[in-house]
Amino acid sequence: MAEQASGLDTFPKLLLHHASVRGERPAIREKDLGIWQTWSWKQFADEVRLLACGLAERGLKRGDHMALVGDNRPRLYAAMCAAQCLGAIPVPLYQDAVAAEMSFPIQNAEIRHALAEDQEQVDKLLEILPRCPTLEHIYFDDARGLRKYPQAQLLAYDKLREIGAASHRRDPAFLDTEIAKGSADDTAAMFFTSGTTATPKGVVLTHRALIDRARAAAEMEGLGDRDVALAYLPPAWIGQNIFSYAQPLVTGYCICCPESAETVITDMREVGPTYYFAPPRVLEALLTQVSIRMEDAGRLKRAMYGHFMEAARRVGGAILDGRRVGIAERLRYLLGDLLVYGPLRNALGMSRVRVAYTAGEAIGPDLFRFYRSIGINLKQLYGSTETSVFVCVQPNGQVKADTAGPPVRGVELKFTAQRELLIRSPGLFKEYYKNPQATAEAKDRDGWFHTGDAGYFDPDGHLKIIDRVKDVGKLNDGTLFAPKYLENKLKFFPYIKEAVAFGNGRDRVCAFINIDMEAVGNWAEKRKLAYTGYVDLASRDEVCELVAQCVEQVNADLAADPELAGSQIHRFLILHKELDADDEELTRTRKVRRGFIGEKYAPLVAALYGGQRSVHVDAQVRYEDGRTGKVSADLKLRDAKTFAPRAARRAA
Amino acid sequence: MSAQPRIAEGAGAIGAPERALGGTILAVEGVSLAFGGVTALSDVSFDVREHEIRAIIGPNGAGKSSMLNVMNGFYQPQRGVIRFGGREFHGMKPYEAARMGIGRTFQNIALFRGMTVLDNVMTGRSLKMRRNFFLQALRLGPAMREEIEHRRAVEEVIDFLEIQHIRRTPVGRLPYGLQKRVELARALAMEPTLLLLDEPMAGMNLEEKEDMCRFVLEVNDHFGTTIVLIEHDMGVVMDISDRVVVLDYGRKIADGTPDEVRGDQAVIDAYLGVAH
Repeated sequence: MAEQASGLDTFPKLLLHHASVRGERPAIREKDLGIWQTWSWKQFADEVRLLACGLAERGLKRGDHMALVGDNRPRLYAAMCAAQCLGAIPVPLYQDAVAAEMSFPIQNAEIRHALAEDQEQVDKLLEILPRCPTLEHIYFDDARGLRKYPQAQLLAYDKLREIGAASHRRDPAFLDTEIAKGSADDTAAMFFTSGTTATPKGVVLTHRALIDRARAAAEMEGLGDRDVALAYLPPAWIGQNIFSYAQPLVTGYCICCPESAETVITDMREVGPTYYFAPPRVLEALLTQVSIRMEDAGRLKRAMYGHFMEAARRVGGAILDGRRVGIAERLRYLLGDLLVYGPLRNALGMSRVRVAYTAGEAIGPDLFRFYRSIGINLKQLYGSTETSVFVCVQPNGQVKADTAGPPVRGVELKFTAQRELLIRSPGLFKEYYKNPQATAEAKDRDGWFHTGDAGYFDPDGHLKIIDRVKDVGKLNDGTLFAPKYLENKLKFFPYIKEAVAFGNGRDRVCAFINIDMEAVGNWAEKRKLAYTGYVDLASRDEVCELVAQCVEQVNADLAADPELAGSQIHRFLILHKELDADDEELTRTRKVRRGFIGEKYAPLVAALYGGQRSVHVDAQVRYEDGRTGKVSADLKLRDAKTFAPRAARRAA
Repeated sequence: MSAQPRIAEGAGAIGAPERALGGTILAVEGVSLAFGGVTALSDVSFDVREHEIRAIIGPNGAGKSSMLNVMNGFYQPQRGVIRFGGREFHGMKPYEAARMGIGRTFQNIALFRGMTVLDNVMTGRSLKMRRNFFLQALRLGPAMREEIEHRRAVEEVIDFLEIQHIRRTPVGRLPYGLQKRVELARALAMEPTLLLLDEPMAGMNLEEKEDMCRFVLEVNDHFGTTIVLIEHDMGVVMDISDRVVVLDYGRKIADGTPDEVRGDQAVIDAYLGVAH
């Protein structure tokens, strides 16, 4: 195929290639003023050309960094490619970051040029200007509200394009020479990792790495130039960048930019993507929306939905995987497809989806199976910024709810004694920008990248990630203890909002549970169970029983896993208050601070391990207005049923 | 839409008042209005200059809405004249006002609740539709071309006010704050030279108020539209308006920049009450 032709080793070269072989095919669409406006590959290449000439005229040089701040817009992607044409390095920044968070990347990469989408982004850049003396040029796309800004650094995108057009007329050969100078080992882009734990690090990725990974996954899924994807997640996130920049340039498919963040669902229905990515929280929000609308539907529709969804739960996944299913069930599924699944997929905008990915965090098995059961080929993948995303992907027909699949072509994986996952792949990053120490820590001499994630291969050779290495511990008998894995399993139940598992250096695993006030409240109301508030509800025997069932379900699942069967939850209690970031029990991103909670509630932990039946607590709580109050309660401690480890299905 | 150039160079800060204002666009001279024996307005005079944001404030029942209704021909004053667009009116009809470029929104939203946002905003263009009813009904060529042109203008307003996501939603299903925004959109769709806003921020929460303030300022800045607004929120009025008229019991008691008005004894008395 022409796509494989040698010499297409950078993104700008790929762009010119598409402009010549499929110049009239759509490259990028944007909904503007209520209408989908299409840019063909040829138009897109012309835009990039003018822009690149303009940037060169304004002094953007090989090796410079250029910040891109904005939502998914054709012009933003054009600027990304234009920078690469000149050998400069685009640095996409999160458009919802506050100004202060933008100053580090700009200082770190000594950024002189920035493209901002609109007034909001320009204001942020101007705010940090005093701290970022290198920033000399700020280009803006949407001029609204910016007309009266006097700053000399500002220049409208259209003006930049005009400058470029004039320069291109004077010297038409300039840009082609520049593009030809680019090579595969040049840096293609730099992405800053989110700095929740430390200062952000700039991940340097070469054209070779990004193109290799984009191509490997595209070949695996058979993506071609007839595919369509929706670009709706932040462009500064590597995943969106792969799906809406690297892969389209490798395969020639078309991406669509929604009108605004609020219109994504309608826009998605209109374009009907064939290739789709969504983090679990988006999938969950969609499902919630469906469930709510179904509850408001008429009785007939509700009955139909209930009946066919039950059928789908039984056989939908198997049919999608191409496994054997009885003829009666198959016919029933076919009817369901006509009456329920098809219209439902259409309502979700997923009628044409061939390949859908989810990643980023653990996805609940019920949620995952819901999408698969209605015929959407949702799969999981594993990857990170440092690996140009694709490390493991579930192949069609081998999809499981709790793994990330086997390695993609070209990737080598191994585990350390601490079960840390190490990766060697052509897609690995070159380095952390200006941070040789961090680079050396993450990437050893033999080229293995230390992910910090702990996991193992399941019997089918699928990668299973359980936790961060630093959080993984051991029970006294040496059994693996992965707290986050257990907590996630508990949290997949709608009734459980938060969970904290203890067990490192102890004999058994015990857990704190926070019930989900809304879900359990509804459950209680349906049973005519009166309660006054959280503390009251949490202390009900019936609720305790409900949670015990969830815990035992988790234990039953764990028993089936030879690695984790020993870490079943023996005892638990329901906390008298909701864990809260204001009380420092959760981080601002709502992750439990296990160590802090363990110390703060030490008597409760001791009671769990001491075998007491109940314990009295007086606790101080801080209200949102800063006042503090006291809560006292008697907590019941409960044993949970555990199960004997079941032999793995394919033992020996 | 024509964006008229502004002379002033400002920092772009909210409500930067040092803007050069144009000449008088509308003048109210000696207007008196009574309903039977009740005097709503007595001998009120003030002017509105091109491109400015002019606020009308006053306690309840001061005659603010009546004043607005006189300005766009809803009420006919018994005495006094309105000068607008080089003409003198003793009382004009609302449709005349609309044709001359006066747009308005209402204190209690007056939208077509069963129609979508798009259709509602489209009605704002009805005065600009040139093709006759039959061509439109039959969807013949010239009418369709015209419709497309109007639709484009409407989409620009929708984009401007950031209501793309509710384009197809019936207005009755929208929350109050958004309905207010739709009403503003409809008024803008007629490309007014003078826009009358009757309590655009009433009943809104802080965030919605801030949004609305931003839109009012942007309309003023981007389209050069002159704006007359009635508002109860003093913070908003003082922040965004260039000049303020204060009414009390139908009489004008003060007129000037926000700072001048704020310090005026008559205004303080009117608002805080005074011992009789």
